[in-house]
Amino acid sequence: MTKDILITGVGGQGTVLASKIIAASAMTEGNTVHSAETIGMAQRGGPVTSHVRIGDTAYSPLIPLGKADVILGFEPSEVVRNINYLSPEGLAVVNTTAVKPVTESLSRSGYDGSEMIEYLKKNVRCVFVDGDRECRKLGSAKFLNIILLGVACGSGELGISKETMLEETGKRVPAKFREANIKAFLAGFEIGEQVFNIPPRDL
Amino acid sequence: MKEYVMGNGAIALGALKAGVNVVCGYPGTPSSEIIETISKYPHEGLHLEWSVNEKAALEVAAAAAYSGARALVTMKQVGLNVASDPLMSLAYVGVEGGMVIVSADDPGPISSQTEQDSRRFAEFARIPVFDPCSPEDAFEMIQDAFAYSEKYKTPVIFRPTTRVCHGYATIDAADSYTPKVFDGFKKDAGRFVIFPRLSYKNHGIIEDRNVHIGEDFSLYKYNSSDGASSSKAVLAGGISYMYAKEFLKDHPETKLIRIATAFPFPESFMLKELDGVDELICLEELSPYLEEQVLKLAGKHKLSVKVFGKLTSHVPHMGENSADGISKILKSFLGTDDELVPERKDIPALPARPPVLCAGCPHRASFYAVKKAMAGKKTYYCGDIGCYTLGNAMPLDMVDTCLCMGAGVTMAQGFSHIDKEGKAFAFIGDSTFFASGITGVVNAVFNEADITVCILDNSTTAMTGHQPHPGTGKNMMGHDAGAISIPKILEGIGLKKVVTVDPLNLDKAIHTVKECADLPGVKAIIFKSPCIAIEKSSTKCMVTDACINCRKCILETGCPALNDVGGNVKIDASLCTGCTLCMQVCPKEAIGGGCVD
Ligand SMILES: Cc1ncc(C[n+]2csc(CCOP(=O)(O)OP(=O)(O)O)c2C)c(N)n1
Repeated sequence: MTKDILITGVGGQGTVLASKIIAASAMTEGNTVHSAETIGMAQRGGPVTSHVRIGDTAYSPLIPLGKADVILGFEPSEVVRNINYLSPEGLAVVNTTAVKPVTESLSRSGYDGSEMIEYLKKNVRCVFVDGDRECRKLGSAKFLNIILLGVACGSGELGISKETMLEETGKRVPAKFREANIKAFLAGFEIGEQVFNIPPRDL
Repeated sequence: MKEYVMGNGAIALGALKAGVNVVCGYPGTPSSEIIETISKYPHEGLHLEWSVNEKAALEVAAAAAYSGARALVTMKQVGLNVASDPLMSLAYVGVEGGMVIVSADDPGPISSQTEQDSRRFAEFARIPVFDPCSPEDAFEMIQDAFAYSEKYKTPVIFRPTTRVCHGYATIDAADSYTPKVFDGFKKDAGRFVIFPRLSYKNHGIIEDRNVHIGEDFSLYKYNSSDGASSSKAVLAGGISYMYAKEFLKDHPETKLIRIATAFPFPESFMLKELDGVDELICLEELSPYLEEQVLKLAGKHKLSVKVFGKLTSHVPHMGENSADGISKILKSFLGTDDELVPERKDIPALPARPPVLCAGCPHRASFYAVKKAMAGKKTYYCGDIGCYTLGNAMPLDMVDTCLCMGAGVTMAQGFSHIDKEGKAFAFIGDSTFFASGITGVVNAVFNEADITVCILDNSTTAMTGHQPHPGTGKNMMGHDAGAISIPKILEGIGLKKVVTVDPLNLDKAIHTVKECADLPGVKAIIFKSPCIAIEKSSTKCMVTDACINCRKCILETGCPALNDVGGNVKIDASLCTGCTLCMQVCPKEAIGGGCVD
């Protein structure tokens, strides 16, 4: 299998755990995996991306532009920031809850994510997830990453089975939150399954 | 045992597999995780340390290598500037046990001051350099680097770049580690005491040896080529080789040559590869090193090959290469008809997310206190390297200069000598103070400067990932060596005024700054308050009904926990650490504190 998956959001949202679970799951299913995280100056609230490349012929550590099969987007503007990575047929899983820049009170950009969502609706094959609402249902914002993972898995476009991902998720979350995380994953999975109703978009 | 690790982890595990006995380094992105990985595998016969700076690290390692032990030194590329004094001399003296100096380059630069190329340093020092292109490759190559170092009794440089350091891959790590058994130091003044005569003699020997190593490297498996023989060929090194490989998987007819040992250049290998090549494009980051070597070779052997690259403006000088950038270059060089993915147009304007000091960062309060105390006065604010460089951003705007680690203390002196009117301040972090600030303070006292040194002591090396340092006392052998006291060092140097103050006590901090700035000579203020990432607070601040929404708290502190929600000031409880700076800035006492999370 070859698959390129880009995970994007802002520092503190739990993107790194999501990338680790995808990488581990793909390996468990016998694939060669490479991944790369943006670290360094990256800090809380700064843009972060993880590139997960599955397959034997992925040489560049970063996904080439236009080659990502899936973007797992934790924040609408961060999906748009990386949209040129998405292949024309690719799928973006997008959390619609915007995260304002930490400098918002000084810069007053008025950013609320709506323009980004409009753009994505018009131009990209997307599954939207109201992360705020889904997290509230589960009782904590901490489940966002696992919900989104569930959505991506449910869409079928990661090419990884539900069982493997559930198992790898279970291994990487604290024991006392395991049940809750499994619930979060399954909630996401159901949303992801609806992607079959989304037609491919002509570009 | 298969392990999925970061490139830096692969380097660490490779060095452990090679039986390394002593590992030293100073933190710096993208190199820091090498030592952090090694610390997870403590075992008998391994000494591990975060040294006080890169020069110290290299010298500690050199003694181990003189004794026949295997030594690893890690740093970021600018660290090699600091370590260059011992490095240049050590290159003449040589080693007995294998010694590998990892100098991680950072094209971009992504988190560095410079875009320097450590391969140049290797050539300058006349020692071999290894240039891995992936984590897998780094794991194997670091073991080779130890072997070559021992074989030729010379220190060698190992030069990964950010994408190799921070990429993840699966390697076949050892199950357990046994450090090398070595003979110990054998006194030999003729060998280990550097004198002009020794350098003269060894200079000749080293140049002859390098010719020999170049021949040896011509047979090294990582200097390789794939693809058929084509009249147009590609030469690449480091990560650029992977980008080229990604593009050329659809063009197997094109020859792709890789050079993994830039110095001594494997001339025989390259000559053989150039046979039948009319045009060659060189893909590399930072400087046109390989390109120049090929041009030299072509001149020497009167080859007619046309060489393209940075020197012909076909490859950019600055920044990192990418799969896409390389694809474009190769498409035009080879004249292929690959479809480049069309860029999406009409993308809406994106919100900027610039790096800022964290909510509750004590550095914000320190800068704010100095700013308030010196309002209306002529000042020079000499910054330095660390999280506190972000004190430059609005609204604090408290960094006038930033050059290299330790430069703040000494540059403030320069301003004080040429301008007796202005007040010069140096801001320096605790880790930076130990690394390269102390000699600067000695210089200030000795040469009668008039400066205020502000030490921003957050009890950690925050910028590079919270490594311990001498001021914390915790070392990498897991021992508490006892914290070294910054005030006592300063008093020992002879400063008449050394005050420690909590920056989160704003009035007191402002008062302290005023008092010190007015005194002549060298004064020091230690702003002591722990980094919010190492000491979690459980209190939050809250806006009360008394708030008149004047927004002074937002406009003066720029704390990211303070939000303007439809004209009303709100505190984001998920970010607030209860530092109370906003509370102290508020003119209406409208912010309450101490509410427990
Ligand atoms: C010569 C050199 N070595 C290492 C680094 C990497 N580096 C950047 S900031 C820093 C130290 C930061 O620690 P500190 O001074 O305590 O400030 P903090 O980030 O904690 O505020 C280091 C080691 C560098 N820039 N230059």
